[in-house]
Amino acid sequence: MSVNRRQFLKIAGVSTVLGLGGATVLNGLKRGGLEATQLSPDPRALTAKRWGFVVDVSKLKTEADYQRCIDACHNIHNVPDHGNPKDEVKWIWKDTYEHTFPTTTESEFMNKELKEKNFLLLCNHCDEPACVRVCPTQATFKRKDGIVMQDMHRCIGCRFCMAACPFGARSFNYRDPRPKIKIENKEFPTRMIGVVEKCTFCYERIAKGLPPACAEASNGAIVFGDLEDPNSEARKIIASKFTVRRKPELGTQPSIYYVIGGHENA
Amino acid sequence: MLEKALYGSKRYWTWIIFLLAVIGVGCLTYLKQLNEGLGITGLSRDVSWGLYIGQFTFLVGVAASAVMLVIPYYLHDFKKFGKIVILGEFLAVSAVIMCILFIMADMGQPMRVANILLHPTPGSIVFWDVVVLNGYLLLNLIIGWTTLGADRKGVKPPDWVKPLIYLSVPWAVSIHTVTAFLYAGIPGRHFWLTAVMAARFLASAFAGGPALLIILALLVRKFSKFDPGTEAIQAIGKIVTYAMFANVFLLGLEFFTAFYSNIPGHMHPFKYLYVGLEGHTKLVPLMWTSSILAVVSLVLLVFPSVRKKEGILAFACISLFTSLWIDKGFGLIIGGFIPNMFEGVTEYWPTLPESMITLGVWAIGFLVLTVLYKVVIAVREDDTAVEH
Amino acid sequence: MYNGGKIIVGLVVFIALFAFPFYYNIGKAMEKPEPKTDTPAILQWEKEHGKKECVESKEFMRSEHMQLLNDWRDSVVRNGDRIYTNAAGKQFTMSLQNTCMNCHSNKKEFCDKCHNYMAVKPYCWGCHIQPKENKS
Repeated sequence: MSVNRRQFLKIAGVSTVLGLGGATVLNGLKRGGLEATQLSPDPRALTAKRWGFVVDVSKLKTEADYQRCIDACHNIHNVPDHGNPKDEVKWIWKDTYEHTFPTTTESEFMNKELKEKNFLLLCNHCDEPACVRVCPTQATFKRKDGIVMQDMHRCIGCRFCMAACPFGARSFNYRDPRPKIKIENKEFPTRMIGVVEKCTFCYERIAKGLPPACAEASNGAIVFGDLEDPNSEARKIIASKFTVRRKPELGTQPSIYYVIGGHENA
Repeated sequence: MLEKALYGSKRYWTWIIFLLAVIGVGCLTYLKQLNEGLGITGLSRDVSWGLYIGQFTFLVGVAASAVMLVIPYYLHDFKKFGKIVILGEFLAVSAVIMCILFIMADMGQPMRVANILLHPTPGSIVFWDVVVLNGYLLLNLIIGWTTLGADRKGVKPPDWVKPLIYLSVPWAVSIHTVTAFLYAGIPGRHFWLTAVMAARFLASAFAGGPALLIILALLVRKFSKFDPGTEAIQAIGKIVTYAMFANVFLLGLEFFTAFYSNIPGHMHPFKYLYVGLEGHTKLVPLMWTSSILAVVSLVLLVFPSVRKKEGILAFACISLFTSLWIDKGFGLIIGGFIPNMFEGVTEYWPTLPESMITLGVWAIGFLVLTVLYKVVIAVREDDTAVEH
Repeated sequence: MYNGGKIIVGLVVFIALFAFPFYYNIGKAMEKPEPKTDTPAILQWEKEHGKKECVESKEFMRSEHMQLLNDWRDSVVRNGDRIYTNAAGKQFTMSLQNTCMNCHSNKKEFCDKCHNYMAVKPYCWGCHIQPKENKS
């Protein structure tokens, strides 16, 4: 018969919305806090001003090559497989040229091979992210290194970010993901029902000096690097080859570049 | 005054118990949703908002429409609205309560809703929507309750209410403008990315809300001794007519821009809604029903001699309300998600549990409305008794 | 008293309902929780360092662990800072799943003991995977 904390928070939440007791809740949460000097980054961490990917799918020869990248990500991040498109959760996936770039470089008579070529899609970690702009709780936010992060602890599940993202990069936990995780990675959390999730640029791996999982599994098809650094490998590829970004006309400034054609253009 | 809601006829109590039963079923279904997640709804990765958010959007309009009575009565001293203005204010109260409940129903983690206030984000439109909606609820409760209380005692409302009433006018406009901004500022959703969105929202609100009010006023007259006034009802009919024409005009503008520009992204949602896209036609019958009802209501409303007949006026208002309910409470939201971000089509249809929760919220709204109107009627009937 | 009978009956019903938690729990006094710190990892640490110690003092952890975890979470997720330096200058990786639960692999005997006693249900475990435990 006890009121647990969650129920208490529910009541507190509702009364806060009604404008009653809001101040009490605020005061209650302001105490304590650690000294900033006690918290520091891991010295092994990879750093950048703006992380980005260059994806060259010509280096992905077979279905298995794509799947290896997808599995690398989904397995270590405990991404569930619901087996239906309605409840689907995905961080990185493949789709055709037409669906990847529906507005950018569509051409009636373009060669069939490219039109039906599969691309790897994931969160664009935009420089001007629409999802961050609309989030009412700052549960999704842009880090100093350009990564668009998702704080699953704070997300209230309003799904405004899903409506706002022009790239369909976000998934919502319509159902409990736990029973649908094939292989559990004990070092990474799962999610709970009712929150939004997406690719986090493997923030937990670059913090330890490791490359993002998809890049590592891609045999060089995915190159990651600092887009602000002219000497990074990513920038060198962008400078020398013909690359496009998804829906650039929307001004979100995606940080994921796709090499088109695969051959040297410059 | 609230005690007046405790005395009523058998019919009154049957209605209350019926509403409570619907609320009960809705609440039980909501518990299921809390437990199993929003997977029990028809929502999907591609169509991530549906019936709940549609109803929310529609009801913000109903709430805002109270201003259509407040302006003539308080700003232009249009005396005939004296008795009916309180019905508008209390309709706004119940509509805003429904709005808040629909938002809660749509939330994945409703127990964390306080995060909106704990981490206030002025850049997010949702933050402003929470502020203006709660403010509007409070304004209308205070104004309605105070003026009615004064009325009961047969005195003038206290002076401090006047500034609040004036404030409620821009505030009503703000709630629907902010709600329109939820949609109109999103890149990549062509259907919503339109500058006339807020204007359309206001026009449809000022048609749909007052239409509902006419129906309610006619019901009040039928079931009680309180008469909101024939002339007042006719005057609202005029407002409904103008607003509905403005609404249809604005919708026409959307069609022109989409189809004359011939930009596929702009045309696709309209095609999906009215003729179907890539063989997907789930919403087509519904949208045509809405269009036909809109035309029917306009034809009946446009001739003053026709809409003078209260039976026809009521029919026209019901048609108009249903038309807007489909258009704004459903088509507008779903249309924004189809086609999806990859130019593919994933359709949406509400599930049974989703519909039960929706009905439950409407029942709560009607319960609040019934109780508030009961108080109004009791006060007004007392007045009549004194006059005679 | 006007309607006295009804009022008294109403009062009795109200008190009966209001007092429900009290008489429902009569005779079910719960013993004082004694969270266990005897996992292999902790015993190993004790062997190597000569004493049992957490990231901060026992007293601090007892009263402030929730605040500490809150700050850890914000630091890791929101700022990307993952190393915690405690009052004694020792460094730890801030991770509930990989640091805390690595030592306290006995969630049932450690976390749950007090949380159940205090009737709080932190939602950590909705996402963070708890260590596998023997059912004993």
